[in-house]
Amino acid sequence: MSEEVLQQATPGLIPGSGTARAAKPTRLSPSFISWLQAGPMMLVFLAFFLIPLVFVVIVSFWDYNEYQLLPAFSGRGYTDTFEGCIAQLPDLCTIGKTYLKTLNLCFMVWAITLFIGFWVAYFLAFHVRSKTWQMGLSLLCTIPFWTSNVIRMIAWIPLLGRNGLVNSGLMKTGLINHPIEWLLFSEFSVVLALVHLFTFFMVVPIFNSMVRIDKSLIEAAYDAGATGFQTLVNVIIPLSKPGIVIGSIFVITIVMGDFITIGVMGGQQIAAAGKIIETRVNALQFPAAAANAVILLVITFLIITMMSRIVDIKREL
Amino acid sequence: MREGRPRSFYVLAIFFAAYVLFLYGPMIAIYVLSFQGPQGGLTFPMNGVSTFWIAKLFQGTGIVDLGAAFRRSLLLGIIVMIVTVVLSVAAGMAFRRKFKAQSILFYSAIASLIVPSIITSLGISLEFRIIDDLIKAHWNENFETSMGLLTSGLGAHLTWTLPFGLLIMFAIFNRFDPRLEEAARDLGATPWQTFRHVVLPIILPSVIGIGLFGFTLSWDELARSSQAIGAVNTLPLDLQGLTTTVTNPDIYALGTVISAVSFTVISLALGTIHMLNKRQAAKGSDAGKGLV
Repeated sequence: MSEEVLQQATPGLIPGSGTARAAKPTRLSPSFISWLQAGPMMLVFLAFFLIPLVFVVIVSFWDYNEYQLLPAFSGRGYTDTFEGCIAQLPDLCTIGKTYLKTLNLCFMVWAITLFIGFWVAYFLAFHVRSKTWQMGLSLLCTIPFWTSNVIRMIAWIPLLGRNGLVNSGLMKTGLINHPIEWLLFSEFSVVLALVHLFTFFMVVPIFNSMVRIDKSLIEAAYDAGATGFQTLVNVIIPLSKPGIVIGSIFVITIVMGDFITIGVMGGQQIAAAGKIIETRVNALQFPAAAANAVILLVITFLIITMMSRIVDIKREL
Repeated sequence: MREGRPRSFYVLAIFFAAYVLFLYGPMIAIYVLSFQGPQGGLTFPMNGVSTFWIAKLFQGTGIVDLGAAFRRSLLLGIIVMIVTVVLSVAAGMAFRRKFKAQSILFYSAIASLIVPSIITSLGISLEFRIIDDLIKAHWNENFETSMGLLTSGLGAHLTWTLPFGLLIMFAIFNRFDPRLEEAARDLGATPWQTFRHVVLPIILPSVIGIGLFGFTLSWDELARSSQAIGAVNTLPLDLQGLTTTVTNPDIYALGTVISAVSFTVISLALGTIHMLNKRQAAKGSDAGKGLV
């Protein structure tokens, strides 16, 4: 028994351990164990993420008619998508306008979530001193993330609707005579709901970057005579950059591909990159849907590449 | 002695409070409104207080077959939770050593997290359509479809929950002291015993956190389910379908019931985590107690 213990602790120390090892069941090699441990997850990503992506690309080059896929090479998915884009120059065609609109929406949501997310994270990281309070308040920000997005969208209806709280409140105070129509089912409500849903994705990575900042650096800046604003711009913002970039990637990719929030909060009236795909699928035009998915993927990928130039994501996680 | 709070503290505290109000205010509004009286409408003021709309949901005479969708979502959520926990812990252990394909798995997980959901969902639906066509062409002409809740639907949800699980495992093992395992090994524990009696108890609170993510993300999942779930609907899909047609508080009642499940699961998980942490603090270490 004790010999066995020693054998495991310091293999090769005991004489004759070679024969002892041969008698025991063969140990699995470390690399085989790694495969066993990581393999199942790899298989899930292969079957339900990587292969599907390949199919999206393949099917985007297939032909189609009213009701089925035709597995023959065709550029129809793309030509249908870009229909009229050259003829209408210099005006933008439908797809161009839609992407411009989506990017515009994306930029607004990004700017607002970054502002809110930065200051919420800043408050949690630098102003909340006790660990318990920090945990509690972070949890308070996280809990809505575990509840349903659709419910958090429809939650705005009683507030922003024609007869909602905001309109009736404003009418009562006499600030307006008629209910404001653009509060709900408009671009405004889409941006509001997206900010409401996804600021969380900004807060978490920025907070993570901020708590890692060595407090003595801030004291050093203060001792060297920097004002609070100078410390913020020259110390805190540069050191929180990884979190800012990761949060931005999350928010931008979510908004670029969103079709549910834009659908529900836009009253199904606002066009967006994700909604084109949904519409094409509903019309059973799968190659056209796939072509749009490829375009969206390329644009999202370009944005991420540009952003990850600024920071090495893998190092920061 | 504590320094006085700077003025920026108060400004940011108000900002933070406003953010929390912004987060919770609208949700609370619909929870309250789901207790409208039978004559109540979609907005305030309340027209009496009753459980009329919630009762109506459970009678099955309401807007959707709530019971069936509820059971489907619950089943899927529980399976997703179990698979997410097991695969994440296993893969998390693997990442503590170097192995080939490590960066492939890492980048797959990150890509799965940030590739827009509609693309993943479309891809899975295309994949299953093509599989169906192949089966029909080569084996069984009467074959219906391989798409379903526990095939394509399960896969779609896992592409969303597993990256979170893996990232949480990274966070756990970043602050895990490997000397504890060495100590167990030195005392003669087999790798499995080391995992079962040393590693697992220490990481258990965070593992429950992974389960919490697994269940709640699946329970509320929408974008990935939209194309990949097959013929049946999950609860969030039914709820989304209602947003364009409903004119009475049914929809709030449904929202409240779905949230009630979420909040139950969240409190159970957080309660367990808290209990485990307390137990660990009380009994985890016998340092300084000497030999008995």
